[in-house]
Amino acid sequence: MEHGAFGDQSKATFSLTEEDHTLANAVRFTLNQDPRVTLSGYSIPHPSDARVNIRVQTTGDPASEVLKDACQDLMLMCRHVRSTFDKAVDDFKASNGVQAMKIDSKE
Amino acid sequence: MAEQEEKRDDKKGEKFSIWDLPDVPAKLPPHIEFQRSRVLCNLDAPIHTENVTYGGAYASMGVDNSLQLDNFRKNFGVEVIRLTKEDMEFDLIGIDVSIANAFRRILISELPTMAIEKVLVANNTSVIQDEVLAHRLGLIPVIVDPRLFAYMSENDTSNGKNTIVFKLHVRCERGEPRMTVKSNELKWLPNGSELLLESKPDSNPESKPRTYTSFSCSQDSLPEFSNNPISPMLDITIARLGPGQEIELEAHAVKGMGKTHAKWSPVGTAWYRMLPEIVLLEDVEDEDAEKLVKTCPVNVFDIEDIGNGRKRATVARPRACTLCRECLRGGEEWEKRVSLRRVKDHFIFTIESTGALPPEVLFTEAVRILEDKCERVITELS
Ligand code: SF4
Repeated sequence: MEHGAFGDQSKATFSLTEEDHTLANAVRFTLNQDPRVTLSGYSIPHPSDARVNIRVQTTGDPASEVLKDACQDLMLMCRHVRSTFDKAVDDFKASNGVQAMKIDSKE
Repeated sequence: MAEQEEKRDDKKGEKFSIWDLPDVPAKLPPHIEFQRSRVLCNLDAPIHTENVTYGGAYASMGVDNSLQLDNFRKNFGVEVIRLTKEDMEFDLIGIDVSIANAFRRILISELPTMAIEKVLVANNTSVIQDEVLAHRLGLIPVIVDPRLFAYMSENDTSNGKNTIVFKLHVRCERGEPRMTVKSNELKWLPNGSELLLESKPDSNPESKPRTYTSFSCSQDSLPEFSNNPISPMLDITIARLGPGQEIELEAHAVKGMGKTHAKWSPVGTAWYRMLPEIVLLEDVEDEDAEKLVKTCPVNVFDIEDIGNGRKRATVARPRACTLCRECLRGGEEWEKRVSLRRVKDHFIFTIESTGALPPEVLFTEAVRILEDKCERVITELS
């Protein structure tokens, strides 16, 4: 990963290789939610180059810290999505199991 | 657009005045909340399609639009609607489109599966050319958990950890009717390739003859596979043979991802749509009600009796709406009566698995991959 910050730590462009809209768009969302961010955006310089540039400008905090927090937020959200989803699937299977049993017993 | 919106609100009879707002509003005024959370589908085009993601967007109104994890945890929900072995439908409620879309993109292109990548053709006298045949074989799903295998990198040799070998040998005898070759004919070779590499005459005659793969042990001796042998998706037509024609080949399946080639995509497709919300802005009664029920091709509306032999239209099955807008086409008065909307943060997600993994496992794996991506960025930044 390259780092486009010289002198002023609060503005930087991060160049992530092997990433695309999948991560960049989701991270841009969490970045935008952060009150410390004044500007964030991303671009893909060339479609056949697996690389995405993420621009972060903050009110003063180091941009890399803010990006890190944004990724952390996204990760925690994912974790919550996963546990909620697993629980929903388990509940669904359990309740359908009960239904199947009822059908068997011709209730 | 704001003016239009105001007029619309006036017509609805929900008069809104800025002076009625409390000094420190806890939530957005209704028309702005509407723009924030709904897409309004007018006859000509949808409006309010943009998502307001900036956390301070409503700061001047004293409303915080930023996402607090606690709030997210409180409001987020999943509801499973349908779950079978090969497909599932569920609702993701209270999540931003950027994240739902990330899941969808990962499902399609970044979840690994096993697919036939190399085909060694020993004999092919059928009318279907080698390369077309190889392509067809590649697209057949291989029913096996890809997490049990490793990627094969450029310098790796094929071994039991990264390759699955299938054999296909079919022949249509002379004097018999034409035959159809189905994927059921692909036989798994747990010991690896049976085709011999050309060896030099002076090589050691004692040593085992070398084949195109070097398996250290038979795959079916492994506990994962001993009870459920690996097979391709059954009942897929590969080719048709005329009398006297024959195909003999070996197919090597390796691990890969959908972004390299669609044959590695674990889903037939994965998609989402926003939850439709249909509101009748004024009572639609009697003949109008009958007309409305008839216009909708997917029976979104129903009729209820309101006594004295009068009928009123109700919205019974909004989920079924396909947004064909047929119900708005009856003339201008219908545009005023019916309001079609989409809920911006409620996604009806559908996953169709090709069979390698059940759909619910695919989704959890996709979420995990997004987590890994975040983790990678975090470690690189630290
Ligand atoms: S848009 Fe089409 S599907 Fe939806 S309610 Fe109207 S007529 Fe029915």
